[in-house]
Amino acid sequence: MQQSAFLPHRALAQLFEELQSDGYRVVGPTAEQGAIVYRELDSVAGLPAGLVDDQAPGHYRLEQQAHGRYFDWVGTAQGLKPWLFTPEQPLMVAREVEGGLRFESVHETVPPTAVIGLRACDLAALALQDRHFLQGEYPDPHYGARREQLLLIAVNCHRSAATCFCVSTGDGPQVTAGADLVLDELDQGFWVQASSPRGRALLARLPTRPLSGAHKRRSKGLRKRAQVQQRALPARDLREPLYKARDNEQLWQSVADRCLTCGNCAAVCPTCFCSRVDEESPLDASQSTQVRRWDTCFNDEHSYLVGHVVRKSAVHKYRQWLTHKLAMWHDQYDRSGCTGCGRCITWCPVGIDIVEEVHRLCTEVKAGETRE
Amino acid sequence: MNDPWLPQQAVVIDKVMETPDVATLSLRLADPVAHERFHFDCGQFNMLYLYGLGEVPISIMDMQQGLVQHTIRAVGRISRKLVALEPGANLGLRGPYGNSWPIKQARGRDLVFITAGLGCAPVIAAIRRAIATRPDYHRLVIMQGVKHRDDLLWQEQYERWREVPDCQVLLSASEEKQAHFAWSLGMVTSLIDKAEFDVNNCTVMMCGPEPMIRASLRGLAEAGVGLENCFVSLERNMQCAIGLCGHCQMGTPFICREGPIFRVPDVQQWFLLEGY
Repeated sequence: MQQSAFLPHRALAQLFEELQSDGYRVVGPTAEQGAIVYRELDSVAGLPAGLVDDQAPGHYRLEQQAHGRYFDWVGTAQGLKPWLFTPEQPLMVAREVEGGLRFESVHETVPPTAVIGLRACDLAALALQDRHFLQGEYPDPHYGARREQLLLIAVNCHRSAATCFCVSTGDGPQVTAGADLVLDELDQGFWVQASSPRGRALLARLPTRPLSGAHKRRSKGLRKRAQVQQRALPARDLREPLYKARDNEQLWQSVADRCLTCGNCAAVCPTCFCSRVDEESPLDASQSTQVRRWDTCFNDEHSYLVGHVVRKSAVHKYRQWLTHKLAMWHDQYDRSGCTGCGRCITWCPVGIDIVEEVHRLCTEVKAGETRE
Repeated sequence: MNDPWLPQQAVVIDKVMETPDVATLSLRLADPVAHERFHFDCGQFNMLYLYGLGEVPISIMDMQQGLVQHTIRAVGRISRKLVALEPGANLGLRGPYGNSWPIKQARGRDLVFITAGLGCAPVIAAIRRAIATRPDYHRLVIMQGVKHRDDLLWQEQYERWREVPDCQVLLSASEEKQAHFAWSLGMVTSLIDKAEFDVNNCTVMMCGPEPMIRASLRGLAEAGVGLENCFVSLERNMQCAIGLCGHCQMGTPFICREGPIFRVPDVQQWFLLEGY
């Protein structure tokens, strides 16, 4: 079965139809409220044709280009996280019954879901969320029910946003693993590569043409263009400098002075996994439901203990978030928790730049050592 | 996939008010098979659920006459209602979770227990286990600090422990002004000087407010105890108990998953810092 072929641009509609006839709902990028987001789409008409995103610290704007390419934007406001680790998830329903309490599991019916448009950083983040939610002693059945229904169609980035730094984290821009199909979008069509049995079966049903050397050359050239990025984290395990920085609270004051502790960075981060558990009852108290909701380490309640809040100041909150993401993750999940998508930079209302902060911290730690 | 979020129904069989705001509840799981199968190691905890209110982590104090015992202080929204439960009341229970005190590994050594406040609950289980298997250990030293003498739970139990061979019970009250024959004035940490144990062959188990534990660690280090022989039961805002919600991370470890009991050198880089 073929691994690689050329799909004319107008034939992308047939990919949607094939998926839908197989019973998949198709989730893809679309423009909504001035940003590209993942939504369930009926057809290619919902795709953001010709739209590109201009991203910078605290800045995201869409611009209409004359071309009709669907995937020339770089980053969605959210990655895949809300589709698996949903912002709100009922966990358990309790009822008062004759003779006591009855507890019922929550089972969701999740349709087979094909997601189109994912980038290398999104897939890397998915692998990290899989690690957290599925590969521990207690796999989360709700994440699992959604995860097992996924078919993943990724797109190689041909541009990078000013906020991207996936090259330095080793997670992009080229898709190397985790997808069923990978697309490179050119003006006339797509270089489609199948990287799983399901992907190959799907590719075989599409009206593809043989791939020309020119298609490959053009795609590879564009991929190379995406590798040019304005930001880079130090390409190494950052535990050593960050644990040194951790021990000196003064180093965190300058960023804490700007940080609003709003938690936007954690909300858009595709790997942040914290949640709180709420209890909800209807007015007639006929049942009580435990509901999981996204939480972030920027909330006081996150570190609440009887009598006090462990992390009350912006210094402690931002330090927790950054050191966890880039240092403690190594100890917990054998790699950094950052895939270089840059969303925390774009969606920070005051434009705090994680890359800039890390470089500053590393420099100041080093300067401190030299002084000693 | 098993549903780790699902509690089991439990019933309050017995309740003892230890003080006006502390109760010990004895629970039985409604499902006899599950009840029979329930086993805990001292130091572990359960998630207790109240209808319409939610869940809290509570350490397991003991199992007596086949019943799971929790000693609970009424301090928060849910614990106040737990303390108000009466025999016959229904609740939910998930657990047990977490690791346990190293009492098996400590055989042949002196055991030193340091607790303050109601922090003693998880340690009490270990003390009782040690006394039940007394010949396995050399000396036992029990240090307990409270604010006022009247705050001490289970006074009679401490008096009985004084009668156990080679068992030293040291009590301190930090906010009392008048001396009392069996009590010291001051913090529990001031008791370390009076404790008689082999600093080179001991296992220390601690639970209580974090400032008290930090002070105890300083006292122990000054006494010459290697911190690798010191264990501490830690607390953070555990909401799921199964390593998913992220609230109980103290630096690297998830307290519900790798803890709640830690060998001190494994957590001191976090524990000694404010904000983790």
